[in-house]
This record gives sequence, C-alpha cells and structure tokens, in this order.
Amino acid sequence: MDYTAFLTNVAILVLAGFAGFAVISKVPNTLHTPLMSGTNAIHGIVVLGALIVLGTTPEPSLLMQIVGFVALVFGTVNVIGGFVVTDRMLSMFKAKPGTRREGERS
Amino acid sequence: MTALVYGLYVIAFALFIYGLMGLAGPRTAVRGNLVAAAGMAVAVAATLISIRETGNWILIIAGLVVGIVLGIPPARRVKVTAMPQLVALFNGLGGGTVALIAFAEFLESDGFSHTGDSATPVLAIIIASVFATIIGALSFWGSVVAFLKLQEILPGRSISLGAVQQPMNLVLLLVAIAAGVGVGIGSATGGAPLWWFVIVLAAASVLGLTVVLPIGGADMPVVISLLNALTGLSAAAAGLALNNVAMIVAGMIVGASGTILTNLMAKAMNRSIPAIVAGGFGASSAGG
Repeated sequence: MDYTAFLTNVAILVLAGFAGFAVISKVPNTLHTPLMSGTNAIHGIVVLGALIVLGTTPEPSLLMQIVGFVALVFGTVNVIGGFVVTDRMLSMFKAKPGTRREGERS
Repeated sequence: MTALVYGLYVIAFALFIYGLMGLAGPRTAVRGNLVAAAGMAVAVAATLISIRETGNWILIIAGLVVGIVLGIPPARRVKVTAMPQLVALFNGLGGGTVALIAFAEFLESDGFSHTGDSATPVLAIIIASVFATIIGALSFWGSVVAFLKLQEILPGRSISLGAVQQPMNLVLLLVAIAAGVGVGIGSATGGAPLWWFVIVLAAASVLGLTVVLPIGGADMPVVISLLNALTGLSAAAAGLALNNVAMIVAGMIVGASGTILTNLMAKAMNRSIPAIVAGGFGASSAGG
C-alpha cells in the first residue's frame, strides 16, 4: 500500500468523523447510557481486525496464534455482549409506564 | 470477490449510520440497535469471505465461539444497576483487541520491516499502528479500573499520588510516544526490536491505570464514555494500519459521536471533561 491509498483512507476517515458528529446532535438525557452502550458495540468492529490478522498470516507462530486468538475472543465479546446488553437496556427503558408507544414485538 | 466484500462493507456502513440515528431517538432506539447489529453481522460475513483461503479456520471458529459463549451470559444476566460497569468492561476488551492486533501485526512483519503489501515500511502505517497501540492499551486498563471502581472492588474515591500525578502521567505519555518513535526508527533499519514495542504497550497500560484511578466514582459514566470514544478512534487507526475501510468508518463514527456524547453527558452532570480528567479530586470537587 502506498501513500495515495493511505490518503484515500484518511479522506474516508474524515468524512466518517463528520457523519458521526452529524448523527448525534440532540440526544435526550435518558438515552445517554444506551447510546454509549450502542456505540460501544459498534466499535466492536475491531473484531474484523482480529479476523484479518489470523486470516492473512499463512503460518503464524505460536505467540501470534495466542495473541490473535485472544484478540478475536476479546473482540467477539465486545460485539456480542455490547449489542445484547444495549437491547436489554432499551427494553427496560421501553417498559417504563408512559413511554410505551410502539414496537411491542421485540 | 473483493468487489463483493467492499459492496457488503458499504451496506454495513449504511446500517451503522441508520442504526445510530435510531439509537438517538427514544421511539426508534430498540430498532436502531438491531439495525446496527445487522450491519455488524454483514461486516463480519464480508470479512470471513475475504479471508476464506486461510489455513487458520479452526482457530478463527474457536475464537468466535469462545467469544460468543463468554459474551452473551453476562450481558443477559447482569443487573440493571450493574450495566454501566459491564459496558466499561466490554469497551476495555475492544481496546485490548486493538492493542493485540497491533502487536500481532508487529510480530508478523518482524518489527514493521514491511507493512501491508509493500516490501518496505510505510511510515504513516507505523504511526497509525503505534497510535492504535497506545490508545487501545490505555483504554483497556482505564476501562478495567472503571469496572473495578463501579463494581466496588476498588474504592470509588479518588486514588491519587497528589501533586506528582499529572507530571507522572505526562512522563508516561512521553515515554510511550518516544518508544513509538523508536519503533519507527527501528523499522527503517530492518525491523524494530521487540522491546521497543513492549515499552509502548507497558507505558500506555500504566498510563491507563494512573489516569482513571484518581477519578471519583460519580464521574465514572463520563469517563467510560470518553474511553469508549477513544476505543473508537483506536479502531479507526487500526483500520488505517490494516487498510480495512469498515474499521475506519465504524471506528471513526464511534470516535466522533462518542466525543459529542461524552460532552453531552458531562454537561448533563454540570461537569466539564477537562475538569474530570485533570481533576483527580474525585466527585467532591466543584465542577467546571
């Protein structure tokens, strides 16, 4: 990879940053913690990095296998646990009297 | 096949952003979370397609299964009051993943003697890797401390060295950066020695501990949100290092929205972020 490819990625990085700023402009106080939990699950995208490291190394040494495996486990816990706990947080939030409006299904 | 992988990544970005928009509104939050989770499933599937020719399938499947088995039970069983510290723990694991990925990359390339597809090291990629390592390790240990404090394994009050605390944190940060420069210089001369990288990891880890230990329990939600944003940034940096667009986009979206969210949370508590981080006086000090 050369610098042109790197700078293309930096351009994507900058645009994604502005997208992140734009999406979260107004959030009610009660949603702060669920939103934190939800974004926490989204940065579990790091699990892709662990997959790539393990998947693109032809014959990893034992140390690399251990490091890659632990990274993959950590990343998977971050993703799965993050989304499940956010869902539980929000379902509790929804169950409060007065806030029940729609979406009874899930 | 590369086109398919990128196409799926684009779908995943759309789902992430749409899901995040949903999460910001009370009526759409549950659905938003599910949409974001669907985006994550698409991104993981695309990545599995891209590495389909690997010989490490057993290790990969075992890692995914162990992660799922360890991740779901605490998330389902945790008490509502204990949810913030669980989020802190998950966030720390994400940061730990980033640091370990960078470490694995360092090992794989024999000390960054080559980066990515090119035979010679590309400085920008090494900088991104070192940045990801520092922030990832800091976030891991900082989140562990936040978890231990909220779980009341560590006392919630401020644990601080007093006046030497801030200078010491600064020294630790400078040591981490200096060792990172050492990694960069070493890579140009046929691969950096392992211990430079270990110093980066160690200094950033201790920094994570010493930054969060002095902060009082009442400020912890804001700190977790800040560490969450930092993990997002480190994920984006790791994405730059690995040339993976999905990690860049999702990591940076979290980095940016997490920063705004941290600010909103601090405002809601009548505190300012610099006062919390630099404070070390715990919850008793007046904010702002």
